[in-house]
Amino acid sequence: MCTWINEKTPVTAHGKGVSDWIPLTTANVYYDHPTSAPLDHALIIDFLNEAAGPGARVAVELSAESARALIRAIETTLEAGVHACGESKPAPAVHIH
Amino acid sequence: MPFTYEGQLSETTVITGHAGDQIEAYFARPLGQIGVPGVVVIHHMPGWDEWSKEVVRKFAYHGYAAISPHLFSRHGPGRWDDVAAAARAAGGAPDDQVMGDVQAAVDYLKRLPYSNGKVGAIGFCSGGRQTYLAACKVNGLDAAVDCWGGRVFPRPEERAPGQPVPPIEFTAQMACPLLGIFGNDDANPDPDQVNRTEEVLKQHGKTYEFHRYDGAGHGFFATHRPAYRPEQATEAWGKVFAFYEKYLRS
Repeated sequence: MCTWINEKTPVTAHGKGVSDWIPLTTANVYYDHPTSAPLDHALIIDFLNEAAGPGARVAVELSAESARALIRAIETTLEAGVHACGESKPAPAVHIH
Repeated sequence: MPFTYEGQLSETTVITGHAGDQIEAYFARPLGQIGVPGVVVIHHMPGWDEWSKEVVRKFAYHGYAAISPHLFSRHGPGRWDDVAAAARAAGGAPDDQVMGDVQAAVDYLKRLPYSNGKVGAIGFCSGGRQTYLAACKVNGLDAAVDCWGGRVFPRPEERAPGQPVPPIEFTAQMACPLLGIFGNDDANPDPDQVNRTEEVLKQHGKTYEFHRYDGAGHGFFATHRPAYRPEQATEAWGKVFAFYEKYLRS
């Protein structure tokens, strides 16, 4: 545990889960008709592992207002968290000979 | 006491699409009828969704054999929404490929032994744009219905790599009557783009009907979204069926 920083924001959104944690390599962000959320248009984020096929997708569909609130929450959390704990860095690559 | 019988068959099938690719298609037809016209339903960019399949069944209910080719099938296998997300990430389906798939769907419907030999197309949103294009490029279409197709007359910033030539530039080749359904509150296409499209159709002497609805925006047929406008949608569906009755059954 590094911090208790937690920005909470109510959202109007639908999300699509997968059965377990999966590594993600790409995030696609777009604004279009959602699949599930009862909105005309939504800010949609697809977190993907493209190498694992189209089903390796964690998707969220947010109303525009919710997306803006989420951006603010992320920025607030990120600024405070990095200030307290430093940048998050991936583990160095290991080369096995 | 005589009873009325209504029945329909609806199922997924496989057709040979553009470049000989095997692609999924959702098909429905009325049971016990002959001399049946066909309709190709072109789904929108968000994918081969439940609503698109409802439209296919709606046409079967009204006495048409209908088919919706899965334009993103090549990005599968997978759930239609995951496959649509993969297709979007890849830039969507190129126009030439879509036209090949629609041609295959038209040919499929015309070959059905109970067909009356006439086939129309209908598309919504990006599918509306593709329907306009199909009216110009696909052989054997007898009627086309463009429901709020954006980018028929695109702004320069709306050009996409897989869409090298705007549909409006093929208007001279349009070979079947066109019905256009538009909401006046729509931003894509906006009323100015609809007017400009109509001008080009007039210049080329094409047979068309455009119906514009006040108080309606983009996608006002979609019963599961806030944009649904029951009064305008009911009237516009009536226009669609009257158009098909005229050009696909007479």
